[in-house]
Amino acid sequence: MARYIIKRLINAFVVVIAVSVLVFVLTRAVGNPINVMLPLDAPQAERIALAHQLGIDRPLWVQFLSYSDGVLHGSFGNSWWQGIPAMTVVGQRLPITLKLTFYAFLIAIIFGIPLGMLAALRPRSWLDKLASTSSMLGISIPNFWLGLMLILVFAQKLHWFYTSGLGDWRHWVLPAVALGVLPLGRITQVVRTEMLEQLREMYVVTARSKGLAEWLVVSRHALKNAGIAVVTMSAWEIGRMIAGYTVVIEVVFGVSGLGDLIVDTIAHMDYPLLQAITFVVASFISLLNLVTDLTYPLFNPRVKFE
Amino acid sequence: MLQVVSSALVVDRMDDVRDKRPRFYWLSTMARKMVKDRLALYAFIFLVVVILMAVLAPVISPHDPTTGNIVQRLLPPSWISGGNHAYLLGTDALGRDVLSRTIWGARVSLEVGFITVAVAAAVGVFLGLVAGYAGGKTELIIMQVSDIMFAFPGMLVALVFVMVLGPGQLHLMEALAFNGWMVFARMARGLVVSFRGGPLVEAAEAIGVRPLKIMFKHILPNIFATLLTLYVLEVARIVLAEATMSFLGYGIQPPQSSWGLMIGDGRTYFPMAWWLVVFPGSFIALTVLALNVFANWFSTVIDPLQKGQS
Repeated sequence: MARYIIKRLINAFVVVIAVSVLVFVLTRAVGNPINVMLPLDAPQAERIALAHQLGIDRPLWVQFLSYSDGVLHGSFGNSWWQGIPAMTVVGQRLPITLKLTFYAFLIAIIFGIPLGMLAALRPRSWLDKLASTSSMLGISIPNFWLGLMLILVFAQKLHWFYTSGLGDWRHWVLPAVALGVLPLGRITQVVRTEMLEQLREMYVVTARSKGLAEWLVVSRHALKNAGIAVVTMSAWEIGRMIAGYTVVIEVVFGVSGLGDLIVDTIAHMDYPLLQAITFVVASFISLLNLVTDLTYPLFNPRVKFE
Repeated sequence: MLQVVSSALVVDRMDDVRDKRPRFYWLSTMARKMVKDRLALYAFIFLVVVILMAVLAPVISPHDPTTGNIVQRLLPPSWISGGNHAYLLGTDALGRDVLSRTIWGARVSLEVGFITVAVAAAVGVFLGLVAGYAGGKTELIIMQVSDIMFAFPGMLVALVFVMVLGPGQLHLMEALAFNGWMVFARMARGLVVSFRGGPLVEAAEAIGVRPLKIMFKHILPNIFATLLTLYVLEVARIVLAEATMSFLGYGIQPPQSSWGLMIGDGRTYFPMAWWLVVFPGSFIALTVLALNVFANWFSTVIDPLQKGQS
């Protein structure tokens, strides 16, 4: 077990390094932030001075060494755009995105798991059709467009919730729903598929024949065995949300989280900030995957880590 | 023992693949099955309509999609009071016809979707076949690279790519393909591994068929149908990704028209000029839905024993 965790941590470390190096090489070797930071008609001397000040006139390997040195000392440098340490900026924004993701994920499992289970228990019933159709819709509707539609109906027409910004719960409902619909669809599908599979197994027949109540057969036996697939899918979707869907949802709803920050960082070509964001996001996703795998024995004690 | 979720409906647990090999159906059987499954039929019809829109865009679009008439700006759809019957779905802030831009947008969406995934699939399937067939170190390296890239946050990588290369359709496609080959590599490798030890490959090897020929003539046809399902699912995913990137302003650039870009532009005039957002968004949603429904149907037709179908 301990050996497995160490092996996986090394693996995660390799992934984080690989992502960091890729971003580093891509940005420094190809990109040119000076064009974004200075007006187009800026004199050549000013361009050279700024490049020197940012340290991007040095050879690539020198830049990489100084960057690595900084990272080993826990510093990603100052954000070019904001002028304060990049990690501080990320630290301010990350909790907001985590909160939003958490709410969206909560919506996805609270509705997705029961819906998928009910669909699997009554295949081909109207409930199954409803679950299949709505989950298919959930994974097909572009979430940013759904967000705009929700704003149109529930904020502009009905005035139930606010259109944008941060504050009390009335600010969080619409973005969380817009963000949660896709994972909701995916989780419904995976729960339904897995439950159908499990309900065909012999142990279900055994449990039923010894007279166990049907809801116990389903919740304690079948659902538990379907757990691994559900947890895997959940972790995957959380990862997608943190570094993907939240970007566009936060832009639509004016939520100043990490996703919104990513867009600004790209627009400003702020390399230190970008580096810090990719580092944090890649670490988060790697650790999430590790924790997910470590929960497998809870669902199936036969899982052994080697 | 670690399963990895590779795409919407695909979970690669390869031990049960072999006894559920895709069955082959003739087109007439497929057509009959499609008519029986109403949802799949509607999805197919809608896809045909969108493909026709894309192909015939220069012929059928009533106005030029890039030049507008500023006098006729922000007209509502023609059936609403104030609408002009020359502009069926209304006009945008520059007086451009929303219908024409939607029709041309179909072309961009499908182009990006089908071509990007074709490139990603070609690279991925090739690497997956090689990894699965060769085994050993080759397999280890290819799969390790694919695992590392899988852990990359996709959207972030696409944004960085576009930031560095500059926005535009070609760069967007490169970025999305760079991030899309791993699903195919994994799937192909898994399928190949399930065949590797089997009689099919053994027989071919026994009569001295070369490895490359075994891969492409003996293994590939057997796994083709399954890969085709994945292809359609990935096109759906990429169409969404293109829309998202264009909405953010890092995908298709003006004056070209794309559904995502139309929503991004129209957002400023939202919710008064709702038609700027509602129509292109509906087209994205319906196209992606149709692709997903079609892929789902296809996978049950080629493999009736597929899990989840009782």
